[in-house]
Amino acid sequence: MLNGRPTRLRTGVTVAELVARQVGDPQRPGVAAALNGQVLPREAWPRTEVSDGDAVEVLTASQGG
Amino acid sequence: MDDPLVIGGERFVSRLIMGTGGVGSMEALEQALRVSGAELTTVALRRVDPASSGSVLEVVERLGCRVLPNTAGCHTARDAVVTARLAREAFDTPWVKLEVIGDDRTLLPDAPELLDAAEQLVDDGFTVLAYTNDDPVLARRLEEAGCAAVMPLGSPIGSGAGIRNPYNLAIILERAEVPVILDAGIGTASDAAIAMELGCDGVLLASAVTRARHPAMMAESMRRAVEAGRLAHLAGRIPRRLYAEASTPVEGMPDLRRRSRAS
Repeated sequence: MLNGRPTRLRTGVTVAELVARQVGDPQRPGVAAALNGQVLPREAWPRTEVSDGDAVEVLTASQGG
Repeated sequence: MDDPLVIGGERFVSRLIMGTGGVGSMEALEQALRVSGAELTTVALRRVDPASSGSVLEVVERLGCRVLPNTAGCHTARDAVVTARLAREAFDTPWVKLEVIGDDRTLLPDAPELLDAAEQLVDDGFTVLAYTNDDPVLARRLEEAGCAAVMPLGSPIGSGAGIRNPYNLAIILERAEVPVILDAGIGTASDAAIAMELGCDGVLLASAVTRARHPAMMAESMRRAVEAGRLAHLAGRIPRRLYAEASTPVEGMPDLRRRSRAS
């Protein structure tokens, strides 16, 4: 699941690649990722491979009170 | 006059904290934020929307504002804590506007979850600004938990109903040793001025500006209202009286009653 949508991905895809897919530049500030409801620090994105059934959230700044 | 607002050791000249939610375009938001003079602005963390135009973060950073991430929409302590940690990753700040909602219709805070989340986040090194009910006991508990500021509501979020319980607010203000920021319920400039006159250290608002017909104009009125209210608070208002009290002295009045000329 990527941002709540069932997504078919190749084996071995990393969180860094998913972030890049969502926001373009993975170095862009103001982006955070969660894996299965836990914070995944930016440093861990390139080495974290996504497995079948994982839920990844890629989040960014939005307007809010 | 040097009268900074100090939260968690950081000094702010402006006592108006702006939210960024509810405005139609990024241009309108930028204009309103600039005019407001706010140095601290809230942002939310949401799933990436590839269709969205412009980034709220870019606007906030261009204006030199400090980012205050919120946990809006969270209903449990767990969700709020994870959201705050994600925001710390995303925005590289330990500051958070903690919001844990207990009811979707009123958007009133869920007290037990709020206090639980506040304790966890303070333990984790966050600077927590807690959005809370106008409940003096809960405000005190949040302060004891280590929150850097308590932010009681004037009335429900987005209601524009102003300050419904100024007496509770007065009790919170009398006891608090951390800044008290009125958060939510402001409808128009007089509401912000009243909050500051009552002794609040600042005002946080979003909808009152972003959903106004002319957001930038309302932002300017809020800036002035917060400044005016603060000055009035420091100046010390006169007591309310039932009867008049002449401001012109009575002494020295001439006697002008008509008299018959002495013969």
